[in-house]
Amino acid sequence: MSETPLSAYDLAHADAPERRATFAVIVDNEPGVLHRVVGLFAARGYNIESLTVAETDHALHTSRITVVTRGTDQILDQIRAQLEKTVVVREVAEVGRDPEAIERELALVKVRGSGAERVEALRVSEIFRARVIDTTHESFIFEVTGAPAKIDKFEALMRPLGLVEVARTGVLSIHRGAERR
Amino acid sequence: MTALSRPATLQAPPPPAPASDAEVLSGAEIVVRALLDQGVTTLFGYPGGAVLPIYDALFHEPRLRHVLVRHEQAAAHAAEGYARSTGRAGVVLVTSGPGATNTVTGIVDALMDSVPLVVITGQVPTHLIGSDAFQECDTVGITRTCTKHNVLVKDVRDLASALHEAFRIATTGRPGPVLVDIPKDVQFAQGPYLRPDQVRPTHGYRPRRRAEPSKVAQAVEMLAEAKRPIFYTGGGVINAGPQASAALRAFARETGAPVTSTLLGLGAFPASDPQWLGMVGMHGAYEANHAMHDCDVMVAIGARFDDRVTGRIDAFSPGSRKIHIDIDPSSIGKVVRTEAGLVGDAGEVTAQLLELWRARGGADLARLKPWWRRIEGWRSRNGFGYRPSAEEIKPQHAIQRLAALTRGRDVRISTEVGQHQMWAAQFFPFEEPNRWMTSGGLGTMGYGLPAAIGVQVAHPESLVIDIAGEASIQMNIQELATALQHRLPVKVFILNNQWMGMVRQWQSLLHGGRYSHSYSESLPDFVKLAEAYGALGLRAERPEALDDAIRRMIDHPGPVVLDCHVSKDENCFPMIPSGKAHNEMLLGEDGGELSQAIDPAGRRLV
Repeated sequence: MSETPLSAYDLAHADAPERRATFAVIVDNEPGVLHRVVGLFAARGYNIESLTVAETDHALHTSRITVVTRGTDQILDQIRAQLEKTVVVREVAEVGRDPEAIERELALVKVRGSGAERVEALRVSEIFRARVIDTTHESFIFEVTGAPAKIDKFEALMRPLGLVEVARTGVLSIHRGAERR
Repeated sequence: MTALSRPATLQAPPPPAPASDAEVLSGAEIVVRALLDQGVTTLFGYPGGAVLPIYDALFHEPRLRHVLVRHEQAAAHAAEGYARSTGRAGVVLVTSGPGATNTVTGIVDALMDSVPLVVITGQVPTHLIGSDAFQECDTVGITRTCTKHNVLVKDVRDLASALHEAFRIATTGRPGPVLVDIPKDVQFAQGPYLRPDQVRPTHGYRPRRRAEPSKVAQAVEMLAEAKRPIFYTGGGVINAGPQASAALRAFARETGAPVTSTLLGLGAFPASDPQWLGMVGMHGAYEANHAMHDCDVMVAIGARFDDRVTGRIDAFSPGSRKIHIDIDPSSIGKVVRTEAGLVGDAGEVTAQLLELWRARGGADLARLKPWWRRIEGWRSRNGFGYRPSAEEIKPQHAIQRLAALTRGRDVRISTEVGQHQMWAAQFFPFEEPNRWMTSGGLGTMGYGLPAAIGVQVAHPESLVIDIAGEASIQMNIQELATALQHRLPVKVFILNNQWMGMVRQWQSLLHGGRYSHSYSESLPDFVKLAEAYGALGLRAERPEALDDAIRRMIDHPGPVVLDCHVSKDENCFPMIPSGKAHNEMLLGEDGGELSQAIDPAGRRLV
């Protein structure tokens, strides 16, 4: 690639820093809606780091899609504008940047070890308020919830202690306070 | 979840009360009634097993004119031509499976160029969906990414509102194609008919038409301070209706700024106006591209900074601050950074700007004199110049003669895609909107003839000409039969150079003149072909025969194919080579150095 972008095909916003962003997307709960949102990301080359989706309001037929993505501010603005343009999308909120928004994720973490490492894994899990949901003589499965950064940290601490496997739900989000957003 | 009690704020609005007086019709009758209530008079289609009930309902409906095409792709393009020349939605009716898939090119074309279409497709009965039934395909799946919206209607009770919503979504906001897929059992089923005014929007779709006053004020101040302003207008001005063109003309006159336009925006501003610079972009006018490059304030109205306009993005109009008016918020800031983004309808926002401009008492027009002097300098270069010939018909000359000999008539032009399209854009002057139908974003060869048919249906008195190439026209030549059947006197003006001319031009620019598969070794005799369809076939091979042939074409009351043999090796200039800036255009006189014009980095670009 050349140093400077030559045409729109080379729109390198390389000079702008990338950041992680979490969008809560309230959509009409109708067939194909998830495909529309995911297809938009695929067609325009945006990343999806995690995705959760479920019906959240049966009476209004709306679902909440929480999607974690990464990009420059310009790309994130585009993602938001493209989502808002989709007919079935009712509302888009960038929750990651909003101090009024809470993000949570649940992870299941399998750790294998014995002796001091096994004891240390259990001790760390207590600090993180993780629950042991399965155990054998040589392994634990921990259940841990929290903001994505906390889960990342838990993973990192478990890695030298015999981390085998991690399953994460992806991010859920909601706004603080009594009001519906 | 149904058993949970919910706080009051979560209660859904009560479902629309089924009007007790609602008329009960079959699904097929609902389709016909909805079309009539939407003011539809014309649809373009092709019958098949999964839409037979709708065709049956059409059989007794004299208020709807059905134009039978010869290929479903052409139905979509004809509907595009109809929509572009009228501002109303074009309606397509096709069957399931291949009927639906054949429309896909036209649907994508309409999405790229923001053309309002409502495409109604038949589908296999609901109980067969997913069973790989005969002529089944996942139509909504296939078209999900190429429609503005689409829906599969599985319950006849939802049909009327789905159709009315389709028209609302297709024609408002940034227009686009909307597809409604109707299984055959739903067409037979009985259900209530809702009129457009009885339908509650089921989606949160509410496009904005007027821009924020603070942004309007910011834009007006930027423009008032500008010493080198320019209007860069696009298809959005055409889409916003004739009043948008009127607002643009008034605003341009009062601000004194030069006006250029994208390929799709031609006609919004009159080509005869002294403030008109010609088309911008890769094959745009020398003066337009230089003015875009050197301006200090750019006012983009309904244009989307397409790569064919901007060229090299880091060298695109480097010294200017940009005002961008667009009804689609995602267009603003997508390609270039914008100082003032105004979301709204091109016509309404231009009127807002004009109102505030007048309220502040305008600005001193004398400050623009140095700018206009520079523009006059660029104009004097005659960027569209070409070497005339007495031996062979130059394609540019052919377009100029066509324009001269049709002057004063109500002419509407469609094109195919390639060199002839660019020459038409360069040499055919447009004074009014909705007179120019061309495939810009998708660049669909085979667009022009069916589009011309759609235009002629909407404007029976107009002189409708498809400016074509001999390669493109063969992609939908079968539509001559449609023109004959429906007595649509469209004229096909073929610039025949025996090459896929634009492919050849790029091969000479980028690939060392290795003309891989761009020459048509075998071409039909277009005169005999026209005659075989029942049209008049004409041929012009020498410059002195050109005018007569054009006159005969114009004067003939039915469809005509004029096979105009032009120079085989003519290239389209000016040209901004890939990877170059607007002020690095190649002109016709530099033509000899084509092979060195593009550097290796530019060669990778499309």
